[in-house]
Amino acid sequence: MWERGKPISQPEGNDPLNDLDRKLREAREPEKKRRVSVRPAGSDNRASSMAFRVGSELVSALLVGVGIGWLLDEWLGTKPWLMVVFFFLGSAAGIYNVYRAVNGMSMTPGMGRTSDPDNDDGSSS
Amino acid sequence: MAGPIEQFEIKDIIPIQIGSLDLSFTNSSLFMVLAVGVVTLLMTLSMRGHLLVPNRLQSVSELMYEFVANMVKENVGREGRPYFPFVFTLFMFILFGNMLGMVPYSFTFTSHIIVTFGLAAMVFLGVTILGFAKHGTHFLSLFVPEGAPKALLPLIILIEVISYLSRPVSLSIRLFANMMAGHTMLKVFAGFTVTMGSAGLIGVLGSVAPLAINVALTGFEFLVAFLQAYVFALLTCLYINDAIHLH
Repeated sequence: MWERGKPISQPEGNDPLNDLDRKLREAREPEKKRRVSVRPAGSDNRASSMAFRVGSELVSALLVGVGIGWLLDEWLGTKPWLMVVFFFLGSAAGIYNVYRAVNGMSMTPGMGRTSDPDNDDGSSS
Repeated sequence: MAGPIEQFEIKDIIPIQIGSLDLSFTNSSLFMVLAVGVVTLLMTLSMRGHLLVPNRLQSVSELMYEFVANMVKENVGREGRPYFPFVFTLFMFILFGNMLGMVPYSFTFTSHIIVTFGLAAMVFLGVTILGFAKHGTHFLSLFVPEGAPKALLPLIILIEVISYLSRPVSLSIRLFANMMAGHTMLKVFAGFTVTMGSAGLIGVLGSVAPLAINVALTGFEFLVAFLQAYVFALLTCLYINDAIHLH
């Protein structure tokens, strides 16, 4: 933030607006650097909350899988079979979620994809 | 003495019955209204002065504003600014729901899965609509990982869809389970203290241990209350980021 109280009418340079622009850019520079460095640790990496997050990812994907299978069974009348299939698919999705959460890929569906250019420095840590 | 689960009981305050729908104003609704009211009061009253050098109250709301603004900026980028009001509202609502729940005799509405699932479903639907609005049917390429073998694609797409659908579930389970487990644990240890304390002199001496644990747990619960609001808002940011920056 630049000082709002300071009058900008002082003619230091030729154009006060250009001067302001330069000041703004200078003020934003450290923030950009910070953004890149903070980003890998930006997601919660506290051990306990990470553990809880991993657990909830695993369980919720399993729940969704079993739920889909159960609903499809009800609909199609194939009582236990689709639920069994979707139980395994849900487990796979859960482990997949955990893998992505641990790797810091922010749970983007699509493994190994970096959503924007300045994200790819963090996924390896 | 009340059991550890009784604190989560929903009680009607103003019974409202419309047709077969039970739309009663409950203690849960009361605390949601309270949370909205407290947040609104805090934000409007503290910013009434428009001070250049903020006083204490104003710096509290400026701190919260900047915290969420930085979170949106770091995780979504500049394109995320239109969604800042949504994330900020969500964060403040959950944070104050959690914090009001820490007041003795109050009710924690975030400890009910239907509340957290409602919030998570809103995020999920909003993000999905946003993705389709921004990218059209191209948004579906979210479910197709790059470089996957063609033969495995049907299986992988199915797993990706399940993974995508599990987002609101994990989002809501995380918040609800944390709040419910924490408050139950507080009550259980408080129960230990009372039961031991009523068992003579040795019991009174011994009851210091669960009391000390309860003090520590209370501090921990404040941390969890903040952290879970933060995680919820952070994941919302990440989901918005996914929907905006598809590739």
